[in-house]
Amino acid sequence: MPQSDASQPLLRARGVRKIFPGTIALDGVDFSLEAGEVHALLGENGAGKSTLIKCLTGAYRRDGGDILLEGEIINPKGTIDAQAYGIGTVYQEVNLLPNLTIAENLSLGHQPTRFGMISVRDMNRRAREVLANYDLSVDVTRNLGSCSVAVQQVIAIARAVTLSGKVLILDEPTASLDSHEVGMLFDVIRSLKQRGLGIVFISHFLDQIFEISDRLTVLRNGRLVGTETTSDIDRLRLVNLMLGRELEEEIRPHGKDHTATGEPRFSFTGFGRKGSIAPFDLAIHSGEVVGVAGLLGSGRTETAEVLFGVSHHDSGVASRGEGTDLHLKSPRDAIAAGFGFCPEDRKTDGVIADLTVRENIALALQARIGWMRRIPDREQRAMANDYIRKLDIRTPDAEKPVGLLSGGNQQKVMLARWLATNPSFLILDEPTRGIDVGAHAEIIRLIEDLCAQGMSLLVISSELDELVAYSHRVIVVRDRHHVAELVGNEITTDNMVSAIAAPEKETVI
Amino acid sequence: MNARLLPLVATLVIFLVAYAICYAQYPVMLSTRVIGNLLTDNAFLGIVAVGMTFVIISGGIDLSVGSVIAFSGVFIAVMLRDTALHPMAVFAMLLVLTTLFGAAMGATIHLLEMPPFIVTLAGMFLARGMAYVLSIDAVPITHDFYDQMQSMYWLMPGKGRLTLIGGLMLVVFIVGIGLAHRTRFGMNVYAVGGGANTAALMGVPLGRTTTAIYAFSGLLAGIAGIVFSIYTSAGYSLATVGVELDAIAAVVIGGTLLTGGSGFVAGTLIGVLIMGLIQTYIIFDGTLSSWWTKILIGMLLFAFIVLQKGLVWTTGKKRAAGG
Repeated sequence: MPQSDASQPLLRARGVRKIFPGTIALDGVDFSLEAGEVHALLGENGAGKSTLIKCLTGAYRRDGGDILLEGEIINPKGTIDAQAYGIGTVYQEVNLLPNLTIAENLSLGHQPTRFGMISVRDMNRRAREVLANYDLSVDVTRNLGSCSVAVQQVIAIARAVTLSGKVLILDEPTASLDSHEVGMLFDVIRSLKQRGLGIVFISHFLDQIFEISDRLTVLRNGRLVGTETTSDIDRLRLVNLMLGRELEEEIRPHGKDHTATGEPRFSFTGFGRKGSIAPFDLAIHSGEVVGVAGLLGSGRTETAEVLFGVSHHDSGVASRGEGTDLHLKSPRDAIAAGFGFCPEDRKTDGVIADLTVRENIALALQARIGWMRRIPDREQRAMANDYIRKLDIRTPDAEKPVGLLSGGNQQKVMLARWLATNPSFLILDEPTRGIDVGAHAEIIRLIEDLCAQGMSLLVISSELDELVAYSHRVIVVRDRHHVAELVGNEITTDNMVSAIAAPEKETVI
Repeated sequence: MNARLLPLVATLVIFLVAYAICYAQYPVMLSTRVIGNLLTDNAFLGIVAVGMTFVIISGGIDLSVGSVIAFSGVFIAVMLRDTALHPMAVFAMLLVLTTLFGAAMGATIHLLEMPPFIVTLAGMFLARGMAYVLSIDAVPITHDFYDQMQSMYWLMPGKGRLTLIGGLMLVVFIVGIGLAHRTRFGMNVYAVGGGANTAALMGVPLGRTTTAIYAFSGLLAGIAGIVFSIYTSAGYSLATVGVELDAIAAVVIGGTLLTGGSGFVAGTLIGVLIMGLIQTYIIFDGTLSSWWTKILIGMLLFAFIVLQKGLVWTTGKKRAAGG
């Protein structure tokens, strides 16, 4: 298709597709970036933001669609190649070398040489000249590692702009900066925008999106939800776009009548950890599902980690129903108290891909009873087969390495592992992420079954309708605070979205 | 002061203090004669240690160098015994061979994504085995050219002799320093040591750099083999067992981080000299068992590992506070 109009976007993706085994990561996504604009890219985990970026920069090979730079189709073969086209990327973790000096980092691969030898003086002078454009007066002979993260971030941007100069992609650049540093970074972004660069800005901080971006594009489950002008959209609508619910009253389908009564099974008072989650109170009753809703980075995973002792709480107390104090200093303590925890990232935190289904299932129980008393093979096999049948884990046999199973089945193996320890309180972080629709429904049914058997569950999910389906109570987390608690009829996607989007700390209901 | 200079300064201070102690007891030790011998006796170790410095800065390890030195000696001795080739021609053949050997290990490490430890361990057995294949017995080297090389020296003030091989070691160090700090290759070595993935994202050619690093280490092991054959006038397949570990010790005492990314070739020279000094002191003393060398080097190594850990820890804390 010939592009004849003069107002050619700087960078354009047209119907980009990317397929991973088992999932469609990007399904015909369109995206366009003008020169001199900051374009925010939003979406929950797994929405396809990073996949799109990786397709744009050639880190992934796209399975369909075109990428056009100034109207020409380009096929970058990798980050370096993309840089040659003029597309530079700065990632969340600064991708520079802490052991080299600032000047060395800026010039790596492009050092000024004289007779084949690097001219250190020229290199340092150039670095100073470059950084002068960013109002950064630092000693360029300092080790990069001795600079603050914000300065490192600006240096990474300076390097990317020097080497590319047309498009700058910033992947969560503000994730580890404080507000003052964010201001400094935004000044840099604004001045680059004035110089005519097109900037793609990825962040999950809505305030920052509204502050810096001109337009925004929302992705969900690998599909384009929409591109909007930032000034025309409000927070509520944006959250709706991201979480995929139009404002509509949705009634919880069943189990509505349950009200938590009597003594809670576990209660946490003033529980929190500085820098990750503000102190909160939480009571868990038996046979109750407590949902946790919130955007990525709002503190929902941190809540789970503090409860399970993965990160040490520094305030508050936990107690078992009748009032006996619980010491939760480590996952070990938590397991001993009857807790179970299925973390969000199966691959890195959950299943051990090289071990078999049987070994994975036996792991937590073995850890609980101690390594000295090995569970006999026969018992392990019986247990594994039992759960394979009960949870309908699709595997040819119990001796298959877990890494070879599909995402949904891996999730079930992880669940089986905790169920084998017979926990009274099970924490699930995004149990339905990245698994297909059929498995999705099975996991939800399983949650309901477990709850009916009297187990207490805390389920974190970014699928709001899912939370509506099985939660008896929902806690809404925003900016690392528990901001609202919805009970019974109040649990609607509408109410959750309002609570998540509310800019001020106020009671929403 | 720049924190990364600290290990180098610590090494220098230790060297000066050790020398001062030696001088206080045996004033003769400050003569150029002793210094000349120090350089000559440690020439082969210093040369392989330069290559080892590059390898360790890049985050790797090369266990093959001791065996390569032994192989080189046997190869030279056998070639000179059985053929009429001039030693210079034999040296050229040898250096091509050891460089290719190193390059092959580097390429294997990169392509198969194997830990350098395992690959160079295999290289170590291979080179030692090849030395045995050439000759099990020690083969003496008798050649006029060798006699000439052994008698070449520059008379330093104070009647100390800077021999050919001692001088060669200093030249290798000077070239190594230039290579490390003033070339793109050197910068890439530091970059790979700082983080291979990051370096690749920044455009460092990982495969080429890794191959070149081990090729360079192989080349220097070959040169060290030549130097060792000049030093001992023989080739013996059982020689220089464990020299790779001495080289690693010299590099670490010289202030290079074992985790890679930080270090100085100049520091390695001081590391080698410290190890040589301990040996010289024990020879001067005469009553101490030579095993004290090992004990002292062990203690020094340990002290340096603790120092490095402390340094990494404090800079890490500073960064956390600053960020």
